[in-house]
Amino acid sequence: MSHHESPSRVLDWSVQPPYLYSPYVATVRRAPHHPLVPLPASLLERTGPVYGEGDIGPLDHDLTKNAAKNGEPLGERIIVTGRVLDESGRGVPGVLVEIWQANAAGRYIHKNDQHDAPLDPNFVGAGRTLTDDQGYYRFITIKPGAYPWRNHHNAWRPAHIHFSLIGRNFSERLVTQMYFPGDPLLKYDPIYQGIPNIKARERLISSFDLETTRPEWALGYRFDIVLAGYDRTYFEEDH
Amino acid sequence: MRPQSPSQTVGPFFAFALVREGGNVLVNEKTQGEHILLRGQVLDGDAQPVDDALVEIWQADAQGRFRHPADPNYALADPHFRGFGRSGTASGGFWFRTIKPGPVPPSPVPCIAVRVFARGMLIHAVSRIYFSDHDNLQDPLFASLDPERRGTLVAERQLTPAGVVYHWDIRLQGPRETVFFDL
Ligand SMILES: [Fe+2]
Repeated sequence: MSHHESPSRVLDWSVQPPYLYSPYVATVRRAPHHPLVPLPASLLERTGPVYGEGDIGPLDHDLTKNAAKNGEPLGERIIVTGRVLDESGRGVPGVLVEIWQANAAGRYIHKNDQHDAPLDPNFVGAGRTLTDDQGYYRFITIKPGAYPWRNHHNAWRPAHIHFSLIGRNFSERLVTQMYFPGDPLLKYDPIYQGIPNIKARERLISSFDLETTRPEWALGYRFDIVLAGYDRTYFEEDH
Repeated sequence: MRPQSPSQTVGPFFAFALVREGGNVLVNEKTQGEHILLRGQVLDGDAQPVDDALVEIWQADAQGRFRHPADPNYALADPHFRGFGRSGTASGGFWFRTIKPGPVPPSPVPCIAVRVFARGMLIHAVSRIYFSDHDNLQDPLFASLDPERRGTLVAERQLTPAGVVYHWDIRLQGPRETVFFDL
């Protein structure tokens, strides 16, 4: 079939950040310099791990409970939900969505995080879930704090939740970060600013959502994600 | 068309969420095929090991089949092999216990798909691992690559008392920068 031999581009480099973005200092010695080589879509890249309910525990999506030892974690409880779509706007089911984050004080449980802020004995900050038939996911967590890093003088990361998505095949893979509306630190953050297109950057900012907000309990944030990959028509042609 | 969401770096603090015990062991005692240890380092432009990278692999089973519906033979795929692995590099490198995959037609030689993420990479890089004990020039993609650079995709087979080891490093930049693909 001809499309097996022809390169099938997935990433839109007007939207995706470049490898080298020198304001983010760590890119300088880690950025590949050669142009990327086009990759014809073989069966190797048109397949990928398939996840099911058996891979997910009942509390995996609830970061306020999945590491609780003797109470609730401190901080502002929030609901984070959204839909994973493909580039045609269709919901993508069965996506493994993994998140990780700092606690309310801006501290990660990771042993290399030396930020002088307290750990929370009832919070690890890691969760996972699968998108449903329509592509929806939902997490309950704590609003993460901003934290300092050493990229430049007085550098602070805006509050963010890291997201990892594994879709229907090897081509559908995204690691990104979700931000919060109105964060004054976004303007100074070279990781966020590394995205070349301003509209594309703004798609990583969640929106406050009154419908998701649960009365007397937690604010809701909505974060939709468009997962690039070989499109569905490509698969239909093949079957 | 909806505009795709942009990538952001995995950052330095992902291991507690993404690197799980056993996530780099793809086999059990029932998995068919030649069991191998695949290991190497992620190296930066100063040839220093990157200790906060995340390496993912995806591969066929010993017969070249995938447990995925896009493979017409998926019902025949080895039930004891999913084919996906993840390793951090906190100990200085990455390693996987896996099997040598079977070739996936139309290619007559085996290969493994790889993705690497790291602090300092705003977006992942995709590569492939070929094996030093195969005639990789029979693979059309491998043969189409720059002859000066395609060797960066070849894992070296070593026989050790503990079994078969393939060694493969990922060089993010520098004179022997690994070939990376646009995916
Ligand atoms: Fe972070």
